[in-house]
Amino acid sequence: MNNFWIENFRLVIITAALLFTVGLYCILVTRNMIRVLIGMELLTKAVTLLLVLAGAVTGRMAMAQALIITLIVMEVVAITVAAGVVVGAFRHTGNVSTESLDEAKG
Amino acid sequence: MGALLVLLPLLGVVLLNLPLGKLAEKLALPLGGVLCLAQAAVILAAPASFWDQALFLPGGVSVAELFHASFPVDSLARVMFLSIATVGFCSGLVAKYTMADEQTQFRFANLLILALAGLNGIILVRDLLGLYVFLEITAVASFVLIALERGKAAFDGAFKYLVLSAVATAMIVAGLALLFIVAGSTSFDAVAEALKTSGSSQLALAAVAFFLCGLAIKAGLVPFHGWLPTAYASAPSAVSVLLAGIVTKTSGVYTLIRLVDAVFGYGPAVRQVLLVGGLVSIVVGALGALGQKDMKRMLAFSSISQMGYVVLGLGAGPGLGLAGAIFHLFNHSIFKTLLFVNSAAVEQQSGTRDMDKLGGISAKMPVTGTTSVLAMLSTAGIPPLSGFWSKLLIVAGVWQAGHPAFSAAAVIASVLTLAYFLSMQRRVFFGKVADSCAGLKEASAWGLVPALLLAAITVGLGVTAPWLFQTFLLDVGSIL
Amino acid sequence: MTIATYILFAAIVVCALWTVQASIVRAALGLAVVSVLLSVLMFQMGAPLAGVFELSVCAGLITVVFVSTISMTARLDAEASKALRAVRAKRFRPAIVAVACIGALLWISSYARDVSPVIGETAETVREVLWGPRRLDLVGQIIMIFVGVFGVVVLFKEKREKEIGR
Repeated sequence: MNNFWIENFRLVIITAALLFTVGLYCILVTRNMIRVLIGMELLTKAVTLLLVLAGAVTGRMAMAQALIITLIVMEVVAITVAAGVVVGAFRHTGNVSTESLDEAKG
Repeated sequence: MGALLVLLPLLGVVLLNLPLGKLAEKLALPLGGVLCLAQAAVILAAPASFWDQALFLPGGVSVAELFHASFPVDSLARVMFLSIATVGFCSGLVAKYTMADEQTQFRFANLLILALAGLNGIILVRDLLGLYVFLEITAVASFVLIALERGKAAFDGAFKYLVLSAVATAMIVAGLALLFIVAGSTSFDAVAEALKTSGSSQLALAAVAFFLCGLAIKAGLVPFHGWLPTAYASAPSAVSVLLAGIVTKTSGVYTLIRLVDAVFGYGPAVRQVLLVGGLVSIVVGALGALGQKDMKRMLAFSSISQMGYVVLGLGAGPGLGLAGAIFHLFNHSIFKTLLFVNSAAVEQQSGTRDMDKLGGISAKMPVTGTTSVLAMLSTAGIPPLSGFWSKLLIVAGVWQAGHPAFSAAAVIASVLTLAYFLSMQRRVFFGKVADSCAGLKEASAWGLVPALLLAAITVGLGVTAPWLFQTFLLDVGSIL
Repeated sequence: MTIATYILFAAIVVCALWTVQASIVRAALGLAVVSVLLSVLMFQMGAPLAGVFELSVCAGLITVVFVSTISMTARLDAEASKALRAVRAKRFRPAIVAVACIGALLWISSYARDVSPVIGETAETVREVLWGPRRLDLVGQIIMIFVGVFGVVVLFKEKREKEIGR
């Protein structure tokens, strides 16, 4: 099992890198705040995959899983607060567009 | 013993949220203040050996056993703890002064204490994932604090900050995962060991690159500084004080220093990136500050510039450069906090932050005016204030490390800093009293106490610096 | 196992690409599907406990959070959302190009896990690790949950006047 993942190492790295790219692209390009949150979630998934790979390749799956569980808990709270910010912004502007929040910049 | 600094705030928050009714609301801010003061007092009074003692919980088990980890507290950690405590205390005072109702103060106090736990945790950990955990705690507490009074601009600032923070976090954990593949562990020592042998492997280089990018975003270094001015300016005043004074510093710059020193090592590639990045931040920050009308935005750009100095000093390596960088980090937390405290006072009393509308404030608010002048002179690096000494050390350190061009550029940028601050001073504080400022009164005691305290520290440090140099600074520069 | 695993990798990326350009409700569901696929992958790679967490928390709880957020914020009428769909598809088309390019680049470049296997396998279980060396993270999680609670109270609660008005 361990050796399978060492040989197919690049496949997982590529998948994680592509997930990261899609997430980052989503954050940069979208004008909908909720879609930005979805991009953030994709970034988290990419990183989770990297951690699983790390565990599989080094054989230290117990440690890696503990790290992943901690990561998931932290990210849930973070995304919930982020959703709260989006809802709060919506209550001010009536929409979830990222542009309507931009005040006059100095 | 260091674990206390995280456990006590947690206990504090638990206590505050027990069903005590109105009593809890009244106790919240004072409890925050007491925690900060206690932290500062312990740092100043206790000898270094105090921190090595084991802390015993009821039941006879020591914290080190309980957590399977030790929390060593070195000189850098003590400097950071002192900054955190000072800034936290001043932030609490400003909150008392600027926040209207008790419910908001209660929520602020709880979040402040939680952020305190997060910040202390960042300093204490010796493990990459523990670092991530406390970085996230601090970050999320900051988002909520920025949006605390629920204004429209505040949500903009909070959103921008949280998006970039999420990207930074993703990069940091990606680096962590890659380092785990290389080292099989996430503790600082294990990773440092592994990097010594496998340091030039592609995985390791990619990991370090990810980390540097993520930390640069958190520290607000150019070119990842887009979120900083908006976040600082739109947050409530007490929160701006906290953000500018300590949160960005600890999450970004301190973490950078600690990781470069303890984990990545001062390789030539890392140093080059730090030197160049630092210089770019200095210049862009200084130029950005010149064009601002909003007082807080100007201060935000100035912070970006000053953090560039710290990174520049770090790039010079251990010795004078590093000592100067750490000293500047502490000094900046003092004088930038002072500037934000005063801008809070001006905003509270006059109702605006627009520098075009303000004028001649010093006549009406003498204490605020004088302390601001002191802070600005310190930022610009005028002797004998503290800022002068730390900048001198950084410039000397960079010169000594063999980069005279960088040193010269840093000095020139310092002159730029002086230019913008002098112009702001003249406009806002001296000169003719503007019409809108005719009825201004001096800030209340809550606003003045932090200002006086911070100004005293700036002046005191500046005057005693040459003596401190021998005893304390060289020690800090070579400890790590 | 191997063919299915390769298909799984491809499916995750394709699904992610679909998710980012779908309408917002479908995007939330697409995210859930990506989570499920990732969870299956984690089971395959030997991380069952983490896979369960990913499934229940990310595919479950976070989807609920997203759908709640979407329902608390405005929705467009049918015409406006049709127009938006076309704009969105155009905006996200480069993503496919980017993914293809980066995928090809990484595939061609020759890198390997060029570190000597410095450690052997350890026989601990996740339970032992979580409650042992990683206990400080648990304290961190407790603090984080407090922060989250205050966040929700500050951000989601309507102002008092509105509640009285109801």
